Amino acid sequence: MTGIWRMIGQRLLLGVLTLFIISLVIFGATELLPGDLARELLGQSATEETLAALREQLGLNEPAPVRYWNWLTGVLQGDFGVSMATQRPISELVGARLGNTLFLALYAAALSVPLSLLLGVLAALWRNSVFDRASNALALTVISFPEFFVAYILILWLAQTGLFPSMVRITGATTTGDLLYSAFLPALTLTLVVTAHMMRMTRAAIINLMASPYIEMARLKGMSPMRVVLRHAVPNALAPIINVVALNLAYLITGVVVVEVVFVYPGLGQLMIDAVTNRDIPVVQAIALIFASAYVLLNLLADVLSTVTNPRLMHRT
Amino acid sequence: MTVLVSVIVGLGLSFVIGLAARAALRAAAPARHRPMFRDMPLTASFGLAVILAYVVVAVLAPVIAPFGEGEVLGDQYLPWAAPHYLGTDKLGRDMLTRLIYGARNTVGIAFATTALAFVAGAVLGIWAALAGGWMDQGLSRLVDALMAIPALIFSLLLLTIFGTSVLTLILVIAAVDATRVYRLARSVAQGIVVMDYIEAARLRGEGNWHLIRREILPNAMAPLAAEFGLRFCFVFLSISALSFLGLGIKPPTADWGSMVRENATLITFGDITPLLPAGAIALLTVAVNFVVDWQLQRASGLKE
Amino acid sequence: MGRDILLSIRGLRIDGRSGDAWHPIVKGVDLTLHRGEVLGLIGESGAGKSTLGLAAMGFARDGCRISGGTINFDGIDLRTAPEAIRRGLRGKRIAYVAQSAAASFNPAHRLIDQYCEAPVVHGVMSREKAEGDAVDLYRRMRLPNPEDIGFRYPHQVSGGQLQRAMTAMAMACRPDLIIFDEPTTALDVTTQIEVLAAIRDIVRQSGTAAIYITHDLAVVAQMADRIKVLLRGDEVEEADTRSMLAAPRQAYTRSLWAVRSFARAEQPPGTGTPVVSVRNVTAGYGAVDVLKNVSFDIHARRTVAVVGESGSGKSTAARVIAGLLPPRKGQVLMGGKTLPPGFRARSRDELRQCQMIYQMADTALNPKLRLRELIGRPAEMYLGLKGRALETRIRDLLALIELEPDTYIDRLPSELSGGQKQRIGIARALAAEPQLIICDEVTSALDQIVQEDILKLLDRLQGELNLAYMFITHDLATVKSIADEVVVMQQGTVVEHGPKGALFARPKQDYTRLLLSSVPEMDPDWLNRLLAARGEHA
Repeated sequence: MTGIWRMIGQRLLLGVLTLFIISLVIFGATELLPGDLARELLGQSATEETLAALREQLGLNEPAPVRYWNWLTGVLQGDFGVSMATQRPISELVGARLGNTLFLALYAAALSVPLSLLLGVLAALWRNSVFDRASNALALTVISFPEFFVAYILILWLAQTGLFPSMVRITGATTTGDLLYSAFLPALTLTLVVTAHMMRMTRAAIINLMASPYIEMARLKGMSPMRVVLRHAVPNALAPIINVVALNLAYLITGVVVVEVVFVYPGLGQLMIDAVTNRDIPVVQAIALIFASAYVLLNLLADVLSTVTNPRLMHRT
Repeated sequence: MTVLVSVIVGLGLSFVIGLAARAALRAAAPARHRPMFRDMPLTASFGLAVILAYVVVAVLAPVIAPFGEGEVLGDQYLPWAAPHYLGTDKLGRDMLTRLIYGARNTVGIAFATTALAFVAGAVLGIWAALAGGWMDQGLSRLVDALMAIPALIFSLLLLTIFGTSVLTLILVIAAVDATRVYRLARSVAQGIVVMDYIEAARLRGEGNWHLIRREILPNAMAPLAAEFGLRFCFVFLSISALSFLGLGIKPPTADWGSMVRENATLITFGDITPLLPAGAIALLTVAVNFVVDWQLQRASGLKE
Repeated sequence: MGRDILLSIRGLRIDGRSGDAWHPIVKGVDLTLHRGEVLGLIGESGAGKSTLGLAAMGFARDGCRISGGTINFDGIDLRTAPEAIRRGLRGKRIAYVAQSAAASFNPAHRLIDQYCEAPVVHGVMSREKAEGDAVDLYRRMRLPNPEDIGFRYPHQVSGGQLQRAMTAMAMACRPDLIIFDEPTTALDVTTQIEVLAAIRDIVRQSGTAAIYITHDLAVVAQMADRIKVLLRGDEVEEADTRSMLAAPRQAYTRSLWAVRSFARAEQPPGTGTPVVSVRNVTAGYGAVDVLKNVSFDIHARRTVAVVGESGSGKSTAARVIAGLLPPRKGQVLMGGKTLPPGFRARSRDELRQCQMIYQMADTALNPKLRLRELIGRPAEMYLGLKGRALETRIRDLLALIELEPDTYIDRLPSELSGGQKQRIGIARALAAEPQLIICDEVTSALDQIVQEDILKLLDRLQGELNLAYMFITHDLATVKSIADEVVVMQQGTVVEHGPKGALFARPKQDYTRLLLSSVPEMDPDWLNRLLAARGEHA
């Protein structure tokens, strides 16, 4: 058992290292720009005074390592700096929206994970059947759709008929029930897109294992197809399936951006798009860091879980 | 109800196109390739037919299109009626014309970006697998770290810094996707590099260039070709998403992603016109995915 | 024999799918098995013996279909019976023991859980009873710690023990019939003995009928009451074991028997400077020494066989000579001159002198290159041949390995048989005009008759071209037929080294004796005698 803890410790350490490198990349990307960032942002017509003021605000007069250090220590204390566009502290802008985005992602995950695992296992069980072929073609089709296409089709179909709202408004008085109802369409959009991916990957992970000699052995022991899949294939497919789930939950983060824009959902994604349009660099950096951290943490969690579920690693001689 | 009807009509039409394309391919293919097309699934023949149609439209855009790309012709949001068969957009430009030019612009830019990402990623990936050692380790760890930032988020960050123009868009997306190509090319090449025939070639004293050209590339072509198809879909969808968000290809260039954005308000009135460019994007990615899926299944079937 | 018939197969046809076409794998075979009888199924790869064995369970692998005939198991027609009936028989009345136990045990479950699955699911006994039974069977299979071993995961148990645990699992429901599909093929010879003895005893004690599938005649001679010989899906002949061994009727069977008789005369001892000399080499990966102070010489026109079980370091020795693994200590000399330790530092001529032939011709030949380039490249590189001279050389080489140049020169490796691919490997080595050829298990993946052809070819080429061979193998029969000198390795050290005749006749070391005595012989009483002799020693 000490072996496994050491392994998990190594993974955690690696995760921290990755986060550190990401922070370097996100911060350092601004340094890639040839010439003067302040002039680039304000354009040729800017006066020397405004340029100097902007440089002061961005701390451009300090050397890069010092600025990085200040930024990083600030971030670690929850201080992301000040938005250039609104002059408000970024943590204030981000706070409520982060919760909204997490809610949407969890909502979609709660719908898609059970659904896609079920569909993936069934498709693997009934391999080459009509169900398998149809679900495969359908999944491939949905994967190929841009998120905004899926979103608009749903709006046309479900919002036009008045079943669900096509815009999401969140106020202080919104109850969880209201939220579940009004955020149904964005969550469904994300669910559709992610389920297609997840189900195909789950099916592939299981079918990959179905060629193993121990699966043939189970069949030759007279076990039913259901038992062969559930008891013999799925436990060995756990690690790949966990990775599939993590990968797709991480994919939700990307999908969230577009879906939030379509449904005017007050989340981080929309904030980020606004910030990109305004070239509000500190805000973009802050949100990129948040999204990337979520992504890294998910992968880290998957890594640790698949280590723990591997009997070869858990029970070493 | 209309959605259901259109889905059924669409499926029926795709089915007919698939059948016709398969029959045509079987008849036209040279004898030694004929077995490949004999048992091709309908999805794949449908995909091939669609891709071919897009290529023709993209190449012949100025000939086919009834009007000029940026021509403002009349009122905004005209309904579907001759001579504007698909109506006009919010500036009064002909929708059909812009859809046709979009095939050239959107697909062309996506293709160029994919090609760029592919050349950079594949060359570096194969080289890293072959070289091994600290250079491979260094490059791979760097790519891992870059890949730990979600692609769209990273693209948004870079676009903020470098500004949004077609050139930066191509470079940024190519750079981000090159990391993914690198990872795949490296792992494919690593699978080949451990083969005894590579060891034999190395022991013979062959140089790296010969190893890549004669020993690795011929064996890596199938997975790399499939990856090119998949990567094209990703790039195409990313560019469309960015254009839709107003950060990609900018008007007056006709582009499907920004066309959806410009005309999105029509949706709330139950008009499906803005779905046409979105559907055009979806149809092409579906087609490419179907063909790639077929090829991948063929490759895995041959191994068994 | 007046006993009941348990299994009766008539006119069985099985097809396999390749691409879109179905082609026959089993072409109308009859098979009769009485209760308590052990039938040996023997044949080379592609004979259809595994497919036939699985069909005895009413089972066809994915991509195979039973297309004709009847399979009658104790009054039940397994072809027409519903799947539920067949499933009820499998694991309960007909059990299966697979070739690789390591791959056939589910890595996610403990041995005991896998043991108990069939008896509990088929409703034969309770879980508690099954666990108790398992310990008893583990003990009878002579597994160490029978009380505890079931609570381990497959990866915690060695290959030989897993194979015995799998036989115990097959016995769990006390089936009427067990199919053994090459159960000892993946094991080292010294491990094989224990497994064979355990399987044979338990089958005899419980009176279970068995079909024992193998390609190894000597093994089947120990295990079976009757032997059936298959060739490409057809039956060649069938007879009880002793008469089959004493007097095979068919030419094909006689040719199988004759393989082991090929032995070339031992060449006179080498003189002068050895082609290659390995001096006090210690080498390994990471912190582990796989080779420990190994020395031997190889002279021109001689074949040095390096023998050992898996993990003995025999292939590592070849990698050190080739320069793929620079040694930690010691050196490799070629023609009396020290070679640079890594191949990258060696001159083109030094590389040319030492060529390698691999075990798996499939991975040793680039599947995308035609024979012209595969064979031509070394000649072009080392000897500077071009144009017509190169073409002539390629054709000469093809003729040398007995392949018709016009037919083969533009083929791809996938258009060749296994033996032909291995010949191309030889031609590629010859194209460099080397002094030494390292043959790494070159015949292990081939059928016995093809093996013999390859060995004869290598023997002829050695005489014609003055070659020295380093022959790495785990198969002592191959050593007997081709070697002049033998180097016996165990756990990275040379245990014994000497001329073939002397070493086989008077082995000096215990390990050599153990290794030599473990090689199964065609005599049906060999296993009994060996066990009796070892019993006295112990």
